[in-house]
Amino acid sequence: MKPKFGVVVFPGSNCDYDAYYSVKKVLGFNAEFLWHKEKDLKGCDVIILPGGFSYGDYLRTGAIAKFSPILEKVVSFAENGGIVFGICNGFQILLETGLLPGIMLQNESLKFVCKDIYLKVENKGTVFTSGIKKETIKIPIKHGEGNYYTDEVTLNEMIKNHQIIFTYSSSDGHVSKKYNPNGSLKNIAGISNKRMNVMGMMPHPENACDPILRKTDGAMIFKSIAKHFN
Amino acid sequence: MFKATVIVKRRPKILDPQGKAVEQGAKLLGFNNVNNTRIGKYIEFFVETDDLKAAEKEVKEYSEKLLSNPIMEDFEFTLVEVSSPKTEVKIARE
Repeated sequence: MKPKFGVVVFPGSNCDYDAYYSVKKVLGFNAEFLWHKEKDLKGCDVIILPGGFSYGDYLRTGAIAKFSPILEKVVSFAENGGIVFGICNGFQILLETGLLPGIMLQNESLKFVCKDIYLKVENKGTVFTSGIKKETIKIPIKHGEGNYYTDEVTLNEMIKNHQIIFTYSSSDGHVSKKYNPNGSLKNIAGISNKRMNVMGMMPHPENACDPILRKTDGAMIFKSIAKHFN
Repeated sequence: MFKATVIVKRRPKILDPQGKAVEQGAKLLGFNNVNNTRIGKYIEFFVETDDLKAAEKEVKEYSEKLLSNPIMEDFEFTLVEVSSPKTEVKIARE
């Protein structure tokens, strides 16, 4: 079965079409946009919260998006085991809703960072990563607030439950401060919830799918998710 | 009616990159006694009720649910009784 991906569109989303294009046109899965004011997930099997600056990122990133009508449905979908994938601003929204633990601070450098980076795949046992055959993947980041932070108790619990999915690393999987683009705790780039059905990551896999871009590692994440529905 | 002012501050242990950067500027200007600069948010609005307890409850909930994120921020607020928003604006202009 081909899964249907629902891409939520908030005012200020700017990677919504990138996600739709990669999932539908490049990878050939079904996809549909879901407007933030709707209260219907239209039978989608996977929900993508895309990158961008929802509601202008006013107050805090994702702070206002969490009260949009569609999010109420997304939260109950996730609580019932539905697959929810937040990318960049979508990750920040998942943190604000509490579906994922922690918060995002401004990059340590105070600069917006836009470049290709390597991610070490820390947990290959999830719906999102089971199809990744490599130790590291190359994907772009583009954010000003990707400095992940949480308290020590939560961090230890996340480590224990293998909830850290991606960390910033060298091309051969060496994780150190040198490869950390934003100051995030433990080089964290992506995490999941305990149940492993909700994942958020700062890098943009949807911008590394189309071969024309000469980087396709991001496709492995979407293919992993789709494989789950076979 | 009440006028509410809410101040949202980052919790002391949470890194404040903006405060840190501003403090670098302070040192460049020679303000050598300045330290531990922290940047927060100041938010003001009116609450249309004459019941102080109800106003307090509403402002507290608004601050908890939307204006601040309890994982990284603390907030404090004050309420001042005013007759209408218009008179308040006038006073501010004078």
